Amino acid sequence: MIKTKINFCGIEFKNPIVTASGTFGFGAEYGEYADLSEYGGFSAKGLTRSPRAGNKPPRIAETPSGILNSVGLQNPGVEFFAKYTMPYLASEYDTNVIANMSGNTVEEYCEMAEILSDTDAAIIEMNISCPNVKHGGLAFGTDPDTVLDLTSQVKKHCKKPLVVKLSPNVTSITDIAKAAEQGGADGLSLINTLLGMSIDINTRRPVLANNMGGLSGPAVKPVAVWMVYQTAQTVNIPIIGMGGVMSGSDVIEFMLAGASLVALGTGLFLKPDLILSVKEEIENYMTHYNIEDINDIIGKVQLN
Amino acid sequence: MSPASIGGGMEVKMKETKNCRLIRKKEIADGIFDFVIESESISSEAQCGQFLHINCGEGTFLRRPISICDAGNGEVRFIFEVKGNGTAELAKKEVGDYIDVMGPLGHGFEIKDSVKNPVIIGGGIGVFPLYKLAKTIKNADVFLGFRSKSRVVMEEEFEKVSNTVIVGTDDGSYGYNGYIASAMEQYLSFHKCDMIYCCGPKPMLKAVKKIAEDRGILCQLSLEQRMGCGIGACLVCVCETNNEGMDKYKRVCRNGPVFYSTEVTLND
Repeated sequence: MIKTKINFCGIEFKNPIVTASGTFGFGAEYGEYADLSEYGGFSAKGLTRSPRAGNKPPRIAETPSGILNSVGLQNPGVEFFAKYTMPYLASEYDTNVIANMSGNTVEEYCEMAEILSDTDAAIIEMNISCPNVKHGGLAFGTDPDTVLDLTSQVKKHCKKPLVVKLSPNVTSITDIAKAAEQGGADGLSLINTLLGMSIDINTRRPVLANNMGGLSGPAVKPVAVWMVYQTAQTVNIPIIGMGGVMSGSDVIEFMLAGASLVALGTGLFLKPDLILSVKEEIENYMTHYNIEDINDIIGKVQLN
Repeated sequence: MSPASIGGGMEVKMKETKNCRLIRKKEIADGIFDFVIESESISSEAQCGQFLHINCGEGTFLRRPISICDAGNGEVRFIFEVKGNGTAELAKKEVGDYIDVMGPLGHGFEIKDSVKNPVIIGGGIGVFPLYKLAKTIKNADVFLGFRSKSRVVMEEEFEKVSNTVIVGTDDGSYGYNGYIASAMEQYLSFHKCDMIYCCGPKPMLKAVKKIAEDRGILCQLSLEQRMGCGIGACLVCVCETNNEGMDKYKRVCRNGPVFYSTEVTLND
């Protein structure tokens, strides 16, 4: 009998597959292609204190083995989510919802943590790494002292497990990870997108209206695996790994590097029912290698 | 795929991606390909103005949204122009090959029985999504604009299913000499019209929107935008609307691709 349950920050996930915030809306659309109960959990669209219209289109550009996006956190605001979206998700689906939030100020993060703590969300994910908004976002995620201060302040207002989502656009991701852990983070998620640009040579203008955006997809996977590995070696809190996952093999790879949960993201655009084949591939892998409990592969990469 | 249970035990059939066999293929103008694929479900479900989200194959990562031209009898037809690496890859498919398709997707044209004098206007590759519509409403006066004579396609097919068809070319090499929106504007001076259906390049959409709204005629526009998931989750393929706040941008893939002209600004 194969065991795929994961205990993450004290919350039970029936399997290690979750989704990356921003690629999955609030679940309804992808729920038409595969029952949301198939997922261990899903991370909802990033929320802000007030509703946001988002950036001008075009917001997406295809790049080699990936995409650039600059959505700019279009969302209905944290209060709408707490009042309408989360109660609906909790009543309809048997899965863990990870509520994702981005703030402009420390106060906003604290207020959102309080609001989300009173919902049925299983975990609160604090995004300190959004590249697509002018204020806050990435600015919070690139300096260890700022991350330490922010995390410890938010932690005081947060009654749920707090996961800090890290940016890869830093000199040392382990310094940031350590700061978040010291600040009281219960877990980490990484990586957010890498900053990028794509130029149309005919118009001589960037493809994205925002000029730059965040790179995701298989193009970033080796970067993500390496950062998850380094981070797992550095901190004692669990990790949600993500970046270019397209298959069950990719999930196993992230888990060997040290991730306890692994998120599907951009890969869903190509395969909206990706969860189904991913789960099957993981079960086949476990059967093939006689692995009874999926927890036994977390962090088990053997270096050369 | 087996039905899954959501909510209070209600059985809901899951949507799925489909591998559809290409059964006919023709290059109808230089770089413009007319494909017919087999799919009972898409054929029976497709509504006018909806689109397919197509995995074009090697070297592409995102699917490409391509409008449905016609559907019925277990067949689905779509026509596309080779513009980038995705459409170039798709054009390489041969009869008998299978194509990975999602669809039908999106909110298509609203067809109202109360409409007595419909006008359909399309420009360039924007004429293809209008064919099933013309066939369905039957009595439309149709305006089709192309760059030049060598780009004119589907004229006879539209003639068979429409009241009248007026073709124009931007360079005057065939039919009406000039932008087809101008031809429609002149026509509207002498004819009744209570609904305009339009698909085409952005400048044409803007022109048609203005012509319609100046005359108080209802107008439905089919929009195009760079797309991600195709189902409304990722929020990348948006268009600017006249709303404020979080509804300022609506999803072309889910709320559209067809919008009433008065809802969208076309400023993006």
